[in-house]
Amino acid sequence: MDAVYQMFLKNGFVLSFLVVGIIMLLTQFISQKILRNKIPGVALAIALGLVLASFGGKTGITDIPLFSGMALLGGSMLRDFAIVSTAYGASIVEIKKAGWVGVISLFVGVFFNFIVGVAFAMLFGYADPGDIATLASGTCTFIVGPITGNAVGASSEIITLSIAAGVVKVLIVSVATPLFKNIVGIESKTSAMVFGGVMGTVSGVSAALASINPKLVPYGALTATFYTGVAAILCPSVFYPILKWILMQ
Amino acid sequence: MKIYGVAILSACYFAGLIIGELLGNMFGVKGNLGGVGFAMLFFILLTDWMNKKNKLTKEYAAGISFWTSLYIPIVIAMVSIQNVNAAINSGTVALVSGTVATVLSFVLIRFLISMLKQEGE
Repeated sequence: MDAVYQMFLKNGFVLSFLVVGIIMLLTQFISQKILRNKIPGVALAIALGLVLASFGGKTGITDIPLFSGMALLGGSMLRDFAIVSTAYGASIVEIKKAGWVGVISLFVGVFFNFIVGVAFAMLFGYADPGDIATLASGTCTFIVGPITGNAVGASSEIITLSIAAGVVKVLIVSVATPLFKNIVGIESKTSAMVFGGVMGTVSGVSAALASINPKLVPYGALTATFYTGVAAILCPSVFYPILKWILMQ
Repeated sequence: MKIYGVAILSACYFAGLIIGELLGNMFGVKGNLGGVGFAMLFFILLTDWMNKKNKLTKEYAAGISFWTSLYIPIVIAMVSIQNVNAAINSGTVALVSGTVATVLSFVLIRFLISMLKQEGE
């Protein structure tokens, strides 16, 4: 028995294919046979993935040694590589068409999320501009929280909190978007670009689009990755100094 | 050879990441600034150009498509390695600001999309 366990441990990455395969098989079955396609199978699979993550700790299910291979399959290297591959066949015409809207939605999205983050940080009693800017950056997207936090010298508690705000966003975007797609109006490639530009979280946006229509993934992922870039520049280098200046008055 | 397609993908990936690193250095930010976005742009432009020249064979495309089809499984693996418990337990400020920002962003997206539709008509 122990020998079998050791064998799975040694081949963690290969095991991760089996695990994800089983997750998808199970959720496709539930989606098609039990829920009659009311909720997309991918959305269910993502929800199940989150439930599995809750059994682990800091790094989700990989805290359980048997599932350590999931860290490689779900890590940023393969994720980014696969995201780039989805760009194959993306139409240059469509991207040009959404050009200015895409750019506007990027800046509006970053600014808007930062303001909401600032408002709630202050509402919850944070007064230090560095703390507020870090929390607000996490609200933009969880990658930028630590970037701003390190730049302004925020404590690790604040940085963790800022990441948490971003993860909350990922969770809601992945699970809620497919349910509200008609209300929000995400149907075309251009609207997917607006969605990615305003929401920004690459993981959340691409997960949501994958369950709405996989063809839309590259368009939303493209603007969402630029959102991360824009936010990583603006939050620590532009918004923070302005915020500090305002609070000093 | 399918590996050629994958190799092209890999080359674009690194070309994009290098730009992202350079931008990060330029702005004094730790981390890669939009490297994946640039990689996608390079990849779109390169494959489009190769298609026009009839240089992109079915074999190349099959190598690329394999990775595209792995995308959803990777996303599922990705969510399973998130710190979900921390996100839920770490304090109301994270929960509230994350939730409100997301909900308001949905409203903003709806507004922008409807603007876009009017423009198109």
